[in-house]
Amino acid sequence: MIEMKNVSKWYGTFCVLNKCSTSVAKGEVVVVCGPSGSGKSTLIKCINGLEPFQEGSITFNDISVGDAKTNLSKLRSRIGMVFQNFELFPHISVIKNIMLGQEKVLGRTTEEAEKRGMELLHRVGLSEHAHKFPGQLSGGQQQRVAIARGLAMDPVAMLFDEPTSALDPEMINEVLDVMVELAKEGMTMMVVTHEMGFAKNVADRVIFMDEGRIEEDCTKEEFFSESRGERAQLFLSKILHH
Amino acid sequence: MFSDFDFDVVINAIPFLWEGMQLTFLLTFLAITGGLFLGVLLALSRLSHIKVLSFAAGSYVNFFRSMPLILVIFWFYFLVPFIVGRPVGGFYSVLVAFTLFEAAYYCEIMRAGIQSVRISQVQAGQAIGLSYSQNMRYIVLPQAFRNMTPILLTQAVILFQDTSLVYVVGLHDFLVNAEIVATRENRLIELFSTVAVVYFVLCLSFSLSIRKLQKRFSI
Repeated sequence: MIEMKNVSKWYGTFCVLNKCSTSVAKGEVVVVCGPSGSGKSTLIKCINGLEPFQEGSITFNDISVGDAKTNLSKLRSRIGMVFQNFELFPHISVIKNIMLGQEKVLGRTTEEAEKRGMELLHRVGLSEHAHKFPGQLSGGQQQRVAIARGLAMDPVAMLFDEPTSALDPEMINEVLDVMVELAKEGMTMMVVTHEMGFAKNVADRVIFMDEGRIEEDCTKEEFFSESRGERAQLFLSKILHH
Repeated sequence: MFSDFDFDVVINAIPFLWEGMQLTFLLTFLAITGGLFLGVLLALSRLSHIKVLSFAAGSYVNFFRSMPLILVIFWFYFLVPFIVGRPVGGFYSVLVAFTLFEAAYYCEIMRAGIQSVRISQVQAGQAIGLSYSQNMRYIVLPQAFRNMTPILLTQAVILFQDTSLVYVVGLHDFLVNAEIVATRENRLIELFSTVAVVYFVLCLSFSLSIRKLQKRFSI
């Protein structure tokens, strides 16, 4: 579904992504991890064209993301995205956040959009908060709304950019639960996260990045066995031994 | 000595002064509306990736911000009839001058407002598939307007005061009408004190209501 070939990106002379190649098949759950500044977020944002890249190619269902002729808005509407800091729209209510894309991009009527929005809010357990503003919700609740907003577009894949790293510890699980459920339903997912429990639980593959390179790209069984590379081992020993 | 003051002159002149005030209000309102509209377009051009557009908008802003307002008013008073080929009267030439002048300031306020919206909000809009114009309309501008409302309204207060400059082209606004009465009745102190009080009360109460609004709409 997602094919990435030799993608490189520079900020000035600083190389953020260095010849990254990987792929995500339909229904696969891929976890991307690595130390901060290793290019994980940049990598995932390249997939839906939020970040431009200078070399290589990314295709999503055979549509080239880097091609200037590609209708990026249309492509993005089919890929849900969840951000580290939720990025709900603060000036409109929770339900309006979920309805906006449905109405303006998919052309659904207000009734359809609201119905679908309420279904999804119910699903993430927040239907009673529909008419509140995002600022009135806790971080965990906001992130669940953000997931619902992504799902409202009926995406064929979901991208998660560190969805739990801005959350207080007690709220992490409520977000992970929603994600685990999604993964079990067969949603294609690419998740940048340090939650190794999530990776062990539902990931099919794990990608480990360091200094803009994909250092490991293997099944989770291989990744969590002892056969992985030195840097990945060092990284895991740092985040797991607390 | 205060017994020499005759405030009946002021009371008798109220209808005449109100006539002038209406012009002041009308001019302020129209110039704000026009200036805002043009200001948004200028700000979007200035932030545009199209070099020609951002350069043109930048030059416009720098040009008008380097000119004294009174000069711009004079200039348009003589220029606009020359361009349209017939006299247009003081009101329209002044309206054009105010609108174009204010647009330069509104552009800068708006540009700061747009830039105050975090890039990640823009990305969130893009991520659900909004086009550039949809993103501007539904995500960026509503938030930008909230952030810049206090400065926009402050600028409106300044404009309200600046409209008194229309005396240079012979328009009868509040201040000019007051001056007419003052010289006719030889009651300068009464009239000009009244004018000062009116400007002060209007501007202050407007500023105070801005502060209230700001508290209510902050997110």
